[in-house]
Amino acid sequence: MITVFERPQSLTPAKTHYCPGCTHGIIHRLVAEVIDELGVREETIGVAPVGCSVLAYNYFNMDMHEAAHGRAPAVATGIKRVHPDKVVFTYQGDGDLAAIGTAEIIHAAARGEKITTIFVNNAIYGMTGGQMAPTTLIGQEATTAPSGRNAETQGYPIRMSEILATLDGAAYITRVSVHNPQEVAKAKKAIKTAFEMQLAGKGFSLVEVLSTCPTNWSLTPLKALKWLQENMIPYYPLGVKKALEEVKV
Amino acid sequence: MAKVLMKGNEALGEAAIRAGCRYFFGYPITPQSELPHYLAWRLPEVGGVFLQAESEIAAINMVYGAAGSGARAMTSSSSPGVSLKMEGISYIAGAELPCVIVNMQRGGPGLGGIQPGQSDYFQAVKGGGHGDYKLLVLAPASVQEMVDTMAKAFELADKYRNPVMILGDGILGQMMEPVELPEMKDVETLPVKPWATTGAKERTPNIINSLFLDPEELEAHNLKLQAKYEQMIQEETMAESYQTDDAEIVVVGYGSSARVAKAAVDQARAEGIKAGLFRPITLFPFPKKEIEQACRQAKNVLTVEMSLGQLVEDVRYNLEFRVPVHFYGRVGGMVPTTRAVLTEIKRLTQGGEKA
Ligand SMILES: Cc1ncc(C[n+]2csc(CCOP(=O)(O)OP(=O)(O)O)c2C)c(N)n1
Ligand code: SF4
Repeated sequence: MITVFERPQSLTPAKTHYCPGCTHGIIHRLVAEVIDELGVREETIGVAPVGCSVLAYNYFNMDMHEAAHGRAPAVATGIKRVHPDKVVFTYQGDGDLAAIGTAEIIHAAARGEKITTIFVNNAIYGMTGGQMAPTTLIGQEATTAPSGRNAETQGYPIRMSEILATLDGAAYITRVSVHNPQEVAKAKKAIKTAFEMQLAGKGFSLVEVLSTCPTNWSLTPLKALKWLQENMIPYYPLGVKKALEEVKV
Repeated sequence: MAKVLMKGNEALGEAAIRAGCRYFFGYPITPQSELPHYLAWRLPEVGGVFLQAESEIAAINMVYGAAGSGARAMTSSSSPGVSLKMEGISYIAGAELPCVIVNMQRGGPGLGGIQPGQSDYFQAVKGGGHGDYKLLVLAPASVQEMVDTMAKAFELADKYRNPVMILGDGILGQMMEPVELPEMKDVETLPVKPWATTGAKERTPNIINSLFLDPEELEAHNLKLQAKYEQMIQEETMAESYQTDDAEIVVVGYGSSARVAKAAVDQARAEGIKAGLFRPITLFPFPKKEIEQACRQAKNVLTVEMSLGQLVEDVRYNLEFRVPVHFYGRVGGMVPTTRAVLTEIKRLTQGGEKA
């Protein structure tokens, strides 16, 4: 018998708490597969954020450190400076990374910390009940923007990858999506490149993954994937924003 | 070993290195800056890491990461910066990690001033951040004691897996005194930390965490922390009692205030007043037995503080309101003078005008 599909070693058998159709699960799996393929599970320390993925430490089968909301890049910096030979990654939502933790991510990137960040952008605060995120699109409804985000009073969504790509310490910054199998395959390749950048000691690497939140978008999982494609990608264009060496994704 | 003349902040830095600390994360603020200035060149010399963070919030979270992955790590700041660290300190206490935090206090509230203060006593001793947690709080009163306290701080942090705060003030940080430095600790001999996140090589993964969504579990976690604090109360109190055996008035102070108080006690004795000094060295746990012993003959107790009455509450509480406890303090960077403390001592023992 040949095994064609199995759980990556880097994931525990725990059942996740994610809502049906939420793409957090896919992204977890991609990260785990990449860590397996690179053979670094026993060398890796992950930093779990505050957000829907706050329990990631129960799902990743490796040493994990839970961090306060937004502070994962600082915690990861502390770990990496003590263990420069280990692989350190953070897994952060858009509220976590682009609002409360903006200073930490910008400065980790500017310092060229040799860590990898998986940035899950679902344009909403998932965990706390669908409030407006810094990445919520103009016109998009949120519990704290009941008639849709209004640029006049609530400003504009932030494109974090483009901002981070301007920093010299960043080695690899890219935006991917997971709304269809082709994009999932590309996302995995990008995540692998990001970890390889860290292993090669090139500097800070980040993969922004456009992700769905069917629950707080009030859409079925399928409609959510379509909404992502039609609304998020035009504002958040996919592709490599910065790569120290020629990298094709 | 021969004594060397060192500034308080720099002596603390050297003492940290000799205690096996190789990781410092901080953000500049007066009056503690000589400590990071010193470590910025000294840490790389011993193969350590000095990192100037983007904020005190980031700095304490770097300490959180470094401590969680097994290192002796520290940060230092002064009052406004320490306020910013409170979120991180609560997480570190919740996740049960050892580290050392230095607060060279200045006057507050708000931006306050840059001159010495002691008005962060409540913040240090009663919590400061959210949740039922305690720091071990050590209050040295000389440069030598700061050096000795640093080694003790890292030891206690490891023993209890708990953050330890060294609560100094601008005067202690800035003043120069001769010190004898301890031997350099071999970092290879530091306690092993099997719980640290070092990569799960041939073992089950380690998780550093302060989240317990199940209320029963969170309550059990809290009770476990409380048991630890109870053990600290039983085993770790430290204090100095000076001339208290027959003292009818005991002056109580910590840090720089205690130095002023001691001089006032000497002058009072010279004038025939039976005065003594009690100086808590651990502010949490508060040395209850020691203060009861020191004040057993006392008709009056006087606390001297660079705040408007914080330590005084703990003194009253620990003496169980059996003795009248009075207060004298200056704030804003103003330092109590020996003369003023002496006037208070005289007023309380012989009657007269308030200082
Ligand atoms: C200091 C602090 N402020 C606020 C919160 C509450 N909080 C928890 S998760 C969250 C938002 C998470 O949103 P995001 O990062 O986008 O992740 P998602 O849940 O969408 O995956 C907030 C505001 C907190 N835990 N800590
Ligand atoms: S609330 Fe949204 S982001 Fe969170 S698990 Fe559910 S679908 Fe996913």
